[in-house]
Amino acid sequence: MNEGLGSPMPRRDGRIKVTGAARFAADVKLPGLLHAALVTAPIARGRLVALDPAPALAVPGVARVLTAADMPRFAAVTTPPMATAVQPMQDDVIRFEGQPVAIVLAATPEAAEAGAARVAARYAADAPLLFSGERAEVPSRESFYVFEEPDLARGDVPAGLAAAAHRVAARYHQPPRHHNPMENSATLAVWEDGRLTLHTAAQWTYGVRYGLAGALGLAPERIRVLAAHTGGGFGAKGYTWPHQLLAAVAAQVTGRPVRLAYTRAQMYTMTGYQPEVAQEVTLGADAAGRLTAVRHASVSNTSLTDDYIEFAHAGSAGMYATPALQLSARMARTSLNIPMAMRAPHEGPGMFALESAMDEMAHALGMDPLDLRLANHADADPSDGRPWSSKKLREAYGEGAALFGWRERPRQAARDGHWILGTGMASCIMTVFRFPASARITLRADGQVVLEAGTQDIGTGTLTIFPQIAAGELGIPIERVTLRHGDTDLPETGGTFGSSSTACVGAAVQDAARKLRARLDGIAALQPASLGAPAEAPEALLRRAGLADLSAEGRYEFGRPFDAAGHAGSHAMRTFGAVFVEVAVDPELGLMRLRRAVGSYSVGRIVNPRTARSQMIGGITWGWGMAAMEASVVDPALGRFLSKNLSGVAIPVNADIPADIRIHFVDEVDPHAGPLGAKGIGEIGAVGVAAAVANAVFHATGRRIRDLPILPEGLLGAGAG
Amino acid sequence: MQPFTLARPASLEEATRLAAAGAMPLAGGTELLNWMRLGIAAPARLADISRLPGLDAIAPLPDGGLSLGALARLNDVAAHPAVRAGYPVLRQAIHKAASAQLRNLATIGGNLLQKTRCAYFRAEESLPCNRRAPGSGCAALHGLNERHAIFGWTEACVATQPSDPAVALAALDAVVVVAGPAGARRIPLGDLHLLPDAAGAAADTALRAGEIIVAIELPGPAPRSAYLKIRERESYEYALVSAAGALVLDGRTIRRARLALGSVAMKPWRLPAAEAALAGLSLDDTAALRAALEPAFAEARPLSHNGYKVPLARNAALRVIGMIAEGHAP
Ligand SMILES: Cc1cc2nc3c(=O)[nH]c(=O)nc-3n(C[C@H](O)[C@H](O)[C@H](O)COP(=O)(O)OP(=O)(O)OC[C@H]3O[C@@H](n4cnc5c(N)ncnc54)[C@H](O)[C@@H]3O)c2cc1C
Ligand code: SF4
Repeated sequence: MNEGLGSPMPRRDGRIKVTGAARFAADVKLPGLLHAALVTAPIARGRLVALDPAPALAVPGVARVLTAADMPRFAAVTTPPMATAVQPMQDDVIRFEGQPVAIVLAATPEAAEAGAARVAARYAADAPLLFSGERAEVPSRESFYVFEEPDLARGDVPAGLAAAAHRVAARYHQPPRHHNPMENSATLAVWEDGRLTLHTAAQWTYGVRYGLAGALGLAPERIRVLAAHTGGGFGAKGYTWPHQLLAAVAAQVTGRPVRLAYTRAQMYTMTGYQPEVAQEVTLGADAAGRLTAVRHASVSNTSLTDDYIEFAHAGSAGMYATPALQLSARMARTSLNIPMAMRAPHEGPGMFALESAMDEMAHALGMDPLDLRLANHADADPSDGRPWSSKKLREAYGEGAALFGWRERPRQAARDGHWILGTGMASCIMTVFRFPASARITLRADGQVVLEAGTQDIGTGTLTIFPQIAAGELGIPIERVTLRHGDTDLPETGGTFGSSSTACVGAAVQDAARKLRARLDGIAALQPASLGAPAEAPEALLRRAGLADLSAEGRYEFGRPFDAAGHAGSHAMRTFGAVFVEVAVDPELGLMRLRRAVGSYSVGRIVNPRTARSQMIGGITWGWGMAAMEASVVDPALGRFLSKNLSGVAIPVNADIPADIRIHFVDEVDPHAGPLGAKGIGEIGAVGVAAAVANAVFHATGRRIRDLPILPEGLLGAGAG
Repeated sequence: MQPFTLARPASLEEATRLAAAGAMPLAGGTELLNWMRLGIAAPARLADISRLPGLDAIAPLPDGGLSLGALARLNDVAAHPAVRAGYPVLRQAIHKAASAQLRNLATIGGNLLQKTRCAYFRAEESLPCNRRAPGSGCAALHGLNERHAIFGWTEACVATQPSDPAVALAALDAVVVVAGPAGARRIPLGDLHLLPDAAGAAADTALRAGEIIVAIELPGPAPRSAYLKIRERESYEYALVSAAGALVLDGRTIRRARLALGSVAMKPWRLPAAEAALAGLSLDDTAALRAALEPAFAEARPLSHNGYKVPLARNAALRVIGMIAEGHAP
């Protein structure tokens, strides 16, 4: 019936991406273009005392220098779609290092950059505010970042702990980590007849439209946002950031098209990062390993002005059956720029703590870590008792364990020369996020099909799977389907984040295709072919009916603008999985390398096994980076990220990724999450990996590492005793 | 980046003249352009020496050694049959440096002249750093100095020299041949890089104004040699600590040992006392080998956050001897 859905179609955008033919925001050129370079504050906190643009204006090619005085006053906009509540260049207060204070506009990027370096600014600096768990605050629910209650309690945790035969209580910590997408964010803004057009790097074109419409006091329809291709996002391009707002204003003030492209350093302070997270997990279990209580408290850093919060306990809310659950999320202000959701937010940091603690509990019980998980399998959502929309986690555990050889693994760590080999596992879980979506399909009399949806291409495979779904529904080869996307002139969809695009936009595409088919059937009924004629191609039917083309609009809706974990309906929606790793540790040299991994997932229907596998390998690699190297360290004296470049911040390279990473999906269709039976997969691959690695290090060396990343310093001498 | 003019000298003489007049030599450009983009250097004039004829030659020397032209590309050096057979430590050090793409462009001469990777020094704007802005202080001294020096630092600067090939060349007792306005001279590799002094982090190297590296000369082959590089990721990353070793063996007995450590000081750090103590020891007597190395590390002066580098460097030195003993590449 549905040959498109489930087939391992190769990426249609592969060729244009590897040959460089794909055009990104900063590739767009227009006549009369001005290049913008930002002057940013070098202090973490304080005031801008004086700013002299004259030396910049003396640079040949520099056309203008804009300061706060040249800016319109922006209206207040909710966060999100705006990334931050306080917009740049509205006053003289410095709230984080890297905050923009002036824009230099010039005929060439080089002149703009040279001009920006010459703007003479004086500051009065106050001491930076550093992260401290002691200053934890309850977030305000005015920010949409606070999409859940910060506290959740069920049952009697003190009683559960008191009754426990075994207890584990431990603190875990991770440093800030940046998204580091390959493409630096960039925007080209141009005004024509009171209408604003932006070419921009975005995961959510409609969000940029709403954010700017609010801030600039414009009707949304007067803003068109285009994002042909976005060079990786991971959350860094989800909302509306200064490059979009400032490019729009600079173009308005100068009456010329303006391109504002961040430098790599500016990516570190004007697109967010996963915050520093300090966590404490307390578990109680009876003698058989059944949990009697779970307590999970976290504090994450936020900025001076925004309430971003990492719900690190999100995984604990849905993972294990327990009679008592006590969860809390707090934030602590720092004079850093605002953190932001980053691939596997919430569960990503949180499951490092929970799944490390579960391993500690398994050790305390003398129980196989997998058996401990199985013993605590949650048959309904532990946070509210609702039934699951679908869940095949038992199968994911079992099939993953078989693929890995978990049951046959050596109980004592094995040796390979100087390397000690350890194995570890962790559960994975991710909240299902859903957004409404719409799409349009047009069949033309020449047989070509045009599929239109505002959704974005951030490199995950959307350019392949949406045409694939349409082709499958219409029963035509995918070659005949052209996708138009990344444009607010097209039917509205949500952002390409929260692992939501495939399931939600895909559902709208499917709906559009089915409606188109129904209309074709209607036409066929009115224009019956002669009896016994061979089956007729749809375009032949159109021609016979004298139609040039035929369109249908499809929708995916559930009565709300947003849903997390299925709260809009009767079923709890999460995705699940298990990750198994073998890690090699050389304690004399402090080295740790990934030898092999198996990821086994219960995530609903897989629309395209090839792109899905790529996502999961990417997720495991992402998790390896979190485990083994990533840290955006903050200099305590300067109150800034020490390295704002990829030379001072390590992320995994190809040589870190073993060939032996096996990905398995349990055969599953979720009947409640949407008509495709699919849920999201983009982020869950990154969940649990850091815990599995830390657990494998414990297995290899007996050393429990609770601070990420696991660096040579922490491994040196491990296992010696 | 500031505007600059580019000169293309046709001869070495012209190049040294230009350099003496303030032009900065441009070889592969993989370091220099970064400095210019970051504002670490703002030369008004560059002298592109990359096309000077003959300076990329790799040729045997009459004494059995090997001459590496300063402009030889890193990958060409590593691939050369004489290097492959006679100097595995250099080949391995090169293959562990940077990325394949960079090594196709980067020259061996330019590599030795790269500057520290200290993150304060390499920031996108000027932070308190004596090496970048003399007199501005050293943010790393009491700051984030996990990757900094354990030997030879002063309060003025605690940075390290990051070159991998330099560590191998130090262990090989290479000599740097330079040409300058005052003629040619030979600088032992161990004297090329300068430690900071108490007053500040003056110059990086002993090169004088206008001097250009012409070649690097290696003494006779060191087939029993190896390079170990320790870093949190497997490739394309500078060393936390590295170790280069070259041994002369008599069966399983060490006749002569040469050891140099990388990323522990502002120059490759030879271990003369340990080298002397290793002579006569058996490769199989790990305890004795360890004891021979130990005193060298008693002299280490770790900073607030890099104490781990002391045992790490010691273990690296011991391991590199083991690698040579086992006769395998890392
Ligand atoms: C991302 C990255 C990663 C790297 N990783 C490593 C690593 O892991 N290990 C490692 O060892 N190196 C590493 N490097 C450094 C790299 O090896 C050097 O950039 C390269 O070797 C420099 O050679 P070049 O020819 O490009 O020098 P250039 O950039 O052309 O010049 C560098 C300096 O040397 C001077 N110079 C060049 N040639 C001469 C000469 N013959 N005489 C006098 N002066 C000269 C120039 O004036 C300049 O001051 C890395 C570099 C990058 C960019
Ligand atoms: S260690 Fe040296 S290079 Fe680094 S900040 Fe201090 S003076 Fe500068």
